[in-house]
Amino acid sequence: MKCVFVTVGTTSFDDLIACVSAHDSLQIIKSLGYDRLILQIGRGTVAPEPFSTESFTLDVYRYKDSLKEDLEKADLVISHAGAGSCLETLEKGKPLVVVINEKLMNNHQLELAKQLHKEGYLFYCTCSTLPGLLQSMDLSTLKCYPPGQSEKFSAFLDKVVGLQK
Amino acid sequence: MSGSRGECTAEVHRGRRSLWTVTPPPRSSPAHRRCDAPRLSLLGARSRELYPLAPGSSTHAFSVRMVWVLSLAAAAGAVVVFLVLRLWVVLHSRGVTPRESLSLVVVAGSGGHTTEILRLLESLSSAYSPRHYILADTDEMSAKKINSFELDRANRDSSTMRTRYYLHRIPRSREVQQSWLSTVISTLHSMWVSFPLIYRVKPDLVLCNGPGTCVPICISALLLGILGIKKVIIVYVESICRVETLSLSGKILLHLSDYLVVQWPTLKEKYPKSVYLGRIV
Repeated sequence: MKCVFVTVGTTSFDDLIACVSAHDSLQIIKSLGYDRLILQIGRGTVAPEPFSTESFTLDVYRYKDSLKEDLEKADLVISHAGAGSCLETLEKGKPLVVVINEKLMNNHQLELAKQLHKEGYLFYCTCSTLPGLLQSMDLSTLKCYPPGQSEKFSAFLDKVVGLQK
Repeated sequence: MSGSRGECTAEVHRGRRSLWTVTPPPRSSPAHRRCDAPRLSLLGARSRELYPLAPGSSTHAFSVRMVWVLSLAAAAGAVVVFLVLRLWVVLHSRGVTPRESLSLVVVAGSGGHTTEILRLLESLSSAYSPRHYILADTDEMSAKKINSFELDRANRDSSTMRTRYYLHRIPRSREVQQSWLSTVISTLHSMWVSFPLIYRVKPDLVLCNGPGTCVPICISALLLGILGIKKVIIVYVESICRVETLSLSGKILLHLSDYLVVQWPTLKEKYPKSVYLGRIV
C-alpha cells in the first residue's frame, strides 16, 4: 500500500484540496503507483467525499491532535508552506512537495520553504503546477535532511549563564 | 475680577500670553472698589512701568516660571540620561556568575513558535528549573503542548527530582492583522501586566522566540536590571522561518536582548551582532 498525505495545517487551503482531489490529479497519483490519499483539510470549505474502491481509497478529515501517525505511514507528503509541517515531514525522512498559497502574500513562512528547496530538501510548486511536478519529479534527487543541532544551543546557553556542570 | 481690600487684579492680554499683575491699593473709597475692565488694563500697564521688578510683576513671574520649566527639563533630562546609562550598563554587563541552577522564564509565542521553543528546551539540562511559561490568554494550544512536554520530560527523567513548572497567562499584545494604533494600546496593557509578573518571578534567564508577546516581557526583565533589582539574561532565538530578514520582535530585541540567536548564515551576515550556531531546532 502506497500512501500520499496532504496537509494544510490549522488554516485552510481550498485551492490545494480542490486541485489534488480533481479527477486529473487522482489519475496521476494512481498512475504513480499510490493507492491511498489522505486529505487533512483544516477549516477549509472544500471537503471532497471520501470513497473506497478496490484499487483506491480517499480519506478526508479536518484535524487530529497529532499528525504523526499519518506522516509515519505516508510515502509522499504534499503540504502547505507551514514551518511546522515542513520540518516535521523532513525529520521523518519523507519526500515532501510544498505547495505555495499564492493568495497569501508576504507570508514569511515562504522564506523557509524556498530556502529548504534551494538546499535540495524538498520540491516546491503552486497549485497550477502541482500535477506537472507530480509527473516529472524524481524523489531520489532529494537530499536527506539532517536533524537540528540543539545540543549546540544548550552548550552555548550553559556557557553564557555560567552553569557549572 | 476684583480682589479683596480694594486691590484689583488686571488681566493683560498680549498675543496668546495672559499675565496677571497686582496694582497698588487705591486710597480706599468704596467707589474705587468697583473697577471696570478698560481702566484695569491701563492700571496694569502703568504698574508694570512703575514697579518693573517688584515681586508679583509680570516679568518676575515670567522669569520664575522659566526657571521652573528649565529646572524641570533639566531634571527630566538627567533622569533620561541616567536611564540610558543604566540601560547601557545592563546590556553590556556580561560578567557570568557561576551557578548550579537557574530559574527560567519561557515565552511561548503560539503555534509554531511554541513548538520551536519546546524543542530548544528539550536539549536543556534539568538545572534550568523552575520553568515559568508565559503564554497569551487566548492560546489553549500552547498550554496543551507545554503540559504534554513537561509530562514527557518527567516520565523520561524519573531519577531526578520532579522539576517545577508554572503557566502564566498575559493578554496578547498583537493578534494577526491588528491595526498599529490598537497594537500600541494593547502592548501597553500587556506591559502593565508583564512587569508585576516578572517582578514576582525574578527569573535568571528569559528565553523567547517571538512573536510580539515576548517584547513586553523582555522590556520588563530589562527594567529589573535598570532599576538595579536583578540582572536578567535575555536570550532571543529567531524562528527557523526567518531566513532573509529578522521578524519585528527580532529587530526590536536585537538591541534589547543579551544574545540574539539566528539560524541561517544570511541573517548573521546582515546582523553581525547576532549569534549563529547553525540550525538548532
